[in-house]
Amino acid sequence: MNEKERTSVALDVPSEILRKIYVTMLKIRVFEERVAELLLPPKKEIVTPCHLYIGQEAVATGVCFALKRDDYVFSTHRSHGHFIAKGGNLKALMAELYCKKTGCSRGKGGSMHVASSSLGLLGSSAIVGGTMPIAVGAALAFSMQNRDAVSVVFFGDGAASEGIFYESLNFASLKKLPVIFVCENNLYCTHLPVAACLADTNIYRKSESFAMSGIRVDGNDVIEVYKVAKKAVEDARSGKGPTLIECLTYRWRGHVGPYDDLDKGLRSREELDYWMSRCPIKMLEKDLIQHRIISESEKEQIRKAVSEEVEEAITFARESPYPNENNLLHDVFELK
Amino acid sequence: MRRISFAEAINEALHQIIAKDDHVFLIGQGVTSPWYVGSTTVGLIDRFGPQRIIDTPTSENCITGAALGAALAGLHPIMCFPRMDFMYYAMDQIANHIANWHYMFGGQLSAPLTIWAIINRGGEQAAQHSQAIHAVFMHIPGVKIVAPSTPYDAKGLLVASVEEGNPVVYVDDRWLYQHEGEVPEEIYSVPIGKGIVRREGEDVTVVATSYMVYEAMMASERLDKEGISIEVVDLLSLKPLDESLLFTSVEKTRRLAVVDGGWKTCGVAAEISAKIAESDIFGSLKAPIIRVSLPDTPAPASSALEKVYYPNAERIILAIKKILEM
Repeated sequence: MNEKERTSVALDVPSEILRKIYVTMLKIRVFEERVAELLLPPKKEIVTPCHLYIGQEAVATGVCFALKRDDYVFSTHRSHGHFIAKGGNLKALMAELYCKKTGCSRGKGGSMHVASSSLGLLGSSAIVGGTMPIAVGAALAFSMQNRDAVSVVFFGDGAASEGIFYESLNFASLKKLPVIFVCENNLYCTHLPVAACLADTNIYRKSESFAMSGIRVDGNDVIEVYKVAKKAVEDARSGKGPTLIECLTYRWRGHVGPYDDLDKGLRSREELDYWMSRCPIKMLEKDLIQHRIISESEKEQIRKAVSEEVEEAITFARESPYPNENNLLHDVFELK
Repeated sequence: MRRISFAEAINEALHQIIAKDDHVFLIGQGVTSPWYVGSTTVGLIDRFGPQRIIDTPTSENCITGAALGAALAGLHPIMCFPRMDFMYYAMDQIANHIANWHYMFGGQLSAPLTIWAIINRGGEQAAQHSQAIHAVFMHIPGVKIVAPSTPYDAKGLLVASVEEGNPVVYVDDRWLYQHEGEVPEEIYSVPIGKGIVRREGEDVTVVATSYMVYEAMMASERLDKEGISIEVVDLLSLKPLDESLLFTSVEKTRRLAVVDGGWKTCGVAAEISAKIAESDIFGSLKAPIIRVSLPDTPAPASSALEKVYYPNAERIILAIKKILEM
C-alpha cells in the first residue's frame, strides 16, 4: 500500500485510539527485546522456550483494539503479544516467563501457555492450530447464549497446513458463528518457508471453499489491521458469520529463542533487512508524528515510561518466589 | 421398582439433565438420528430443538475442541462419540487441550464437559468398528473416566459426569443396551470414584469393568454351583479408581482376577494388577494375579474369530480355576 493511501487511513481513526495502539505496540516490542536479552547465555535468566513476537506487533494490537473486554481471544505458542494487546499485566506475564508462582499461569504454563480469564484470554496452545476449534466452540456458546460477544483465534501460517484449520472453518461457516480467524503469516513455518508447506500460499482464499469472508491485509500496518478487524467484528456481531483475515507480516527473530537464525542459512540478510525497513512501529510512528498526534518529545516520554514498566516487571519476576513443591499435584482437577 | 433398559436409562438421564440445566447441551455426529446411537437419544431433538441437540459433520477433532470452547464460555457440553474408534481423530483436543486446560493455566480455567464414548462392537464389524480404548484415557492426567454396567449406574453416572465440573469420559458398551434393571424415575447421581461389590464371596476376587461385570456375574453364578465363592467388584469409575474397595476385597480373598474388555498390554487390568503388586497385600496373595482381557490383536471380522477374541464367562471361569490350582 502506498504512502498516500496509508495517510488517509490514519485520519479516520480517533487520535486517542491511535496513541493507545502505539503504546501497546511499543510495550510488546520493548518487552520482547528484553526477554530476548534475558534468554541469552551464559546467564539464561529465562529458560522456558520463548517464541518472540518482534516484528508482528501490528497484528495482535490491531485486532485486539477492535475487541471489547468480554470478547474472547485464543492464542498460540507465540503468545506474549496477544497477552499484552488484550490488556494483560506485564508483571504477571514476565513472572510466568520466569516460571514463578506470581505468573499469570502460576508457573505451570511458561511462555507458551498464558491466559487471563478476566481479560478474555482463554488460553494459548503450543499445538499448532490447537485453539482454532476451541475459539469456534466459544463462538457457538455465544450464539446459544445470545451473547453479544465474538471469539478470535490467532494462528500462524503453519496452522494452515493442519487439518483442524479446515474442519474449524467449515463448522464456523456452517453455523454462521461469531468467530474471527486471524492468520499471522510470517512467511515461515518453523524453518520452512510457507511456499514449501502450502500448495497455494494465498491463505485468505481458503475461506472461499467454506463460503465465508476472507481478506489479506498488510500485517505490518496496524491501522489497516485494526480497520479490517473492526469490520470482521461488526460482521460477526451482526450474525454475518466468521471471517478469515490473513495478515502478511514477518518475525525478526528465529522460530524460537533470541537469535535471528541468519547464520543457519534459513533466510537471507536482505529479506530480514527489507522487513525491518517496514517496521510496524516505525510505520505508525511516522503517521502519528506527521499528523501531530504525538510529538517527538512525547515519543521519548512514552518510550521511557514503557521501558520503566518492563523493568519493573523484570524486577517483580526476579523477586517472586517459585511455586511450592507441594503445588505440583494441585490443579489437575477443579475441586468441588 | 420400575425396570427399564440400559439404553432407556441413558435416554432418561439425558432428558432430565438437559431439562434441568439450561447450560447443558448435546453435540456430536448422529445425535438426532433415530438409529445412530441406538435409542439413547430418542425424543431429544423434538423436545429441545436443534439449538441444544446439535448434530454435526464428521469433524471429531473440531467438534471436541468446540466442546471445550463452549465449556470455557460457561456451558456444559455432552460430546457424543457413537463409536470409540473415531475418538482417535479427537485425541489432540482430548489429550493436549481438554485434559491440560485446568492445570496448564494454573487452575484459572475449567473445562466442565462430558465426553460420551460408546463401545460398539461384535457383529463382524472388524478392527476399526470395534474398539474399546478406555485405557488410553486412563493414561492421561486431567480426565476422569466412568464405565457403568447396570441401568441404575448408567443413569446416575451420566448425571454425575455432568455435575462433576471436570472433563469426564463416560464409557458405555452397546452390548449392555438391552439389559434391564431397576432405575428410579427421579434424577439422581452415582458418585464418581466409588465402585461397588456386586456379589460377595470368599475364594477369589474378580474385578471387572463395564460389560465384563455381566460376564463376571454369570461366571460367578456358575462357579457357585461348583462350590466356588467369587467376589465380584465393579469399579464403575476407572479414574479415580476406588482403591480402598479393591484392596479390601483382595485382602479378604487373597486371590485376584481382573476382567476388562480392552487390550491386555497397558490396559485397565494391567493397572489394577500393578496397584495390588505395589501394595502390602501383594505378599499375602495365595496365587499370581490373572488378567482376562482382549488379546493384543486388532478385532477380527469373522464371527468364528470374534468368538475367541472377546472374553466371556467361560474364559473367566477358566482363569479362576487356574488361580485356584496355583
